[in-house]
Amino acid sequence: MRSSLTSANRAGWAFALPGIVLILAFIITPFFLGVGFSLTNQRLISPNATRFVGLENYREMLNIAVVDLQAKTDSAGKTVTDADGQAEFPRLRSITRNPDTPQYHGMQEWFRWVSGDTAHVVIASDVVFWKALLNTCIFVLMVAPIQAAIALGLALLINQKLRGITIFRTIYFMPVVVSIVVVSLLWRFIYSGQNGLLNNMLSFLSFAHFQPVDWLGNPHTALGAIITMSIWQAVGFHMVIWLSGLQTIPPTLYEAAAIEGSSKWQTFRYVTWPGLRHTAVLVLIVITMQAFAIFAQIDVMTKGGPLDSTQTLVFQAVQRGYGMQNIAGGSAISVILFLIVLVISMIQRWLTRER
Amino acid sequence: MSVIGSDNRNLRLGVRYLVLILIALIFVLPLLFMVMSSFKPSDELLRDTSSLRAFLPVGQLSLDNYTGAFERAPVGLFVFNSIFVTGTTVLLSLVICSLAGFSFVFLQWRGRDVMLSIILATFIVPFETIAIPLLLEVSKLPWLGLDGLSWGWLDSYRVQIIPWIADGLTIFLFVQYFKGLPGELIEAARVEGASWFQIYRRVVIPLSGPVIATAAILKFLIMYNQYLWPLIVVQQEQYRPVMVGLQYFFQLNPAWGEIMAYLTLITVPVLAFYLVLQKAFIASIASTGVKG
Repeated sequence: MRSSLTSANRAGWAFALPGIVLILAFIITPFFLGVGFSLTNQRLISPNATRFVGLENYREMLNIAVVDLQAKTDSAGKTVTDADGQAEFPRLRSITRNPDTPQYHGMQEWFRWVSGDTAHVVIASDVVFWKALLNTCIFVLMVAPIQAAIALGLALLINQKLRGITIFRTIYFMPVVVSIVVVSLLWRFIYSGQNGLLNNMLSFLSFAHFQPVDWLGNPHTALGAIITMSIWQAVGFHMVIWLSGLQTIPPTLYEAAAIEGSSKWQTFRYVTWPGLRHTAVLVLIVITMQAFAIFAQIDVMTKGGPLDSTQTLVFQAVQRGYGMQNIAGGSAISVILFLIVLVISMIQRWLTRER
Repeated sequence: MSVIGSDNRNLRLGVRYLVLILIALIFVLPLLFMVMSSFKPSDELLRDTSSLRAFLPVGQLSLDNYTGAFERAPVGLFVFNSIFVTGTTVLLSLVICSLAGFSFVFLQWRGRDVMLSIILATFIVPFETIAIPLLLEVSKLPWLGLDGLSWGWLDSYRVQIIPWIADGLTIFLFVQYFKGLPGELIEAARVEGASWFQIYRRVVIPLSGPVIATAAILKFLIMYNQYLWPLIVVQQEQYRPVMVGLQYFFQLNPAWGEIMAYLTLITVPVLAFYLVLQKAFIASIASTGVKG
């Protein structure tokens, strides 16, 4: 018996070893390397020795402040206004280059809002990072609920007992197997301002009343266009997860609801939805994780533009770590992204805990 | 009365199908547009976007865009690279992850449970958060090849294959499946004096068709559609896969006809594969929903 156990022990290690070594080498090691690099000035190729810089990379990225600018006044103490009657403010460099305020040196304006004679200006050392963080959060906050809801709607449609329903399931799922790179390039053409399929179709459907929009070239529409396309591509994936959740609900519950004479909405509200609680959390978490990692759409469609309106965290991590060979900066963004994802998966744990 | 009732039911059935078909069009039309455009000259393709002709095989159809694409870029090489990298990774992944899964379920060894929980913990590390440090890591790794010891894995097949062989999800899929197999089978084989490897090879693997299909399909989709990783580790044309090869077509004046031909060429085989095996594809995606 003893010999059998030790042989199991040895065989156990031998069987699992290749997998363990690979995961250790290519998932766990780079993870810790990334944390380490983010505390240095590591570059991909550099003649100089790497130096430990502590939290400098994070400080440089996260440094943000709000400063107030007082409107200019003339000699009589009246506010100077421009041609439109708007108060005129001194230039921001009066603060960011002022020797009296060294803490704001090198910072740039992100955005501002004006109340009366005061302009509140949000300045940051790394404005692009903040834009990327904000855009990524907007992307996730838009995609997660909308995609989850549409996917649920599709799953309910597909769950009907109709002849030929699997054909529709197959079609709705189709974009999932197409590469996001292919989809992005295809949709770049669809969204094009000149001869774009979308503009032409909208113009056709509105009898030429529709004004063409350069969907990806306009900072107001670019992120929305990417969100729409991303949902189109991935919604089938989550439809399938909802569908497998729907199929775990025992048919007897529906029969009981039918006997009680409940309406469709009541059946959904009191039978279907409670049965989908775990699926709902799962779908939201999976979408959230996938959405935070958005990269290919940006790289293929906009490269972060126009005016940084589609910058995202992963795109910036790659721009810095690979494009500028600044491994330390790219790693620091990656660590921040990981921390965000970690917090979200802890919330998931908490929501799905056994009570 | 009953006649009106059945009319009503037919009407409602018709509305249901109409809704299903309209939604299906949203998913199909962009892909149909891609395929149809790939056969049209660029100027005609652009003109057709203003009418429903965009989705129809009408006008001057030819394979010119395909020959043009092959002239512009080494398309055949890119396709070979993708198939080679994808195929090798899928095969190695199936072997190594199923061995690990077998070990975690059927064998007793010190540190087993700790190892399994570490592997499952890697679920929450998205690849995108380790890509940059991994880039530096692989740029320094040693390799013992036919021409002796060399340093750095950039620009190679191995850099596209080896880091992707083992992953938490694939091991987890095997662990879940093996737990469902009857333990008596293993014990019986053990009593008959079979070695652990024989049990793996002769008893467990022949029973594992469904999980092998699931793991293979998931890995296939991930590998074939790989973009970020080859983009940063492969500079040389020689090792470039299809998705990165797309860059050849981003010129100042994009030749849309050729782009559509290339997109069709690299997409339609996957779509065909999916349509044939759609049940297995959908089942494998559904099984990723079991994690969490």
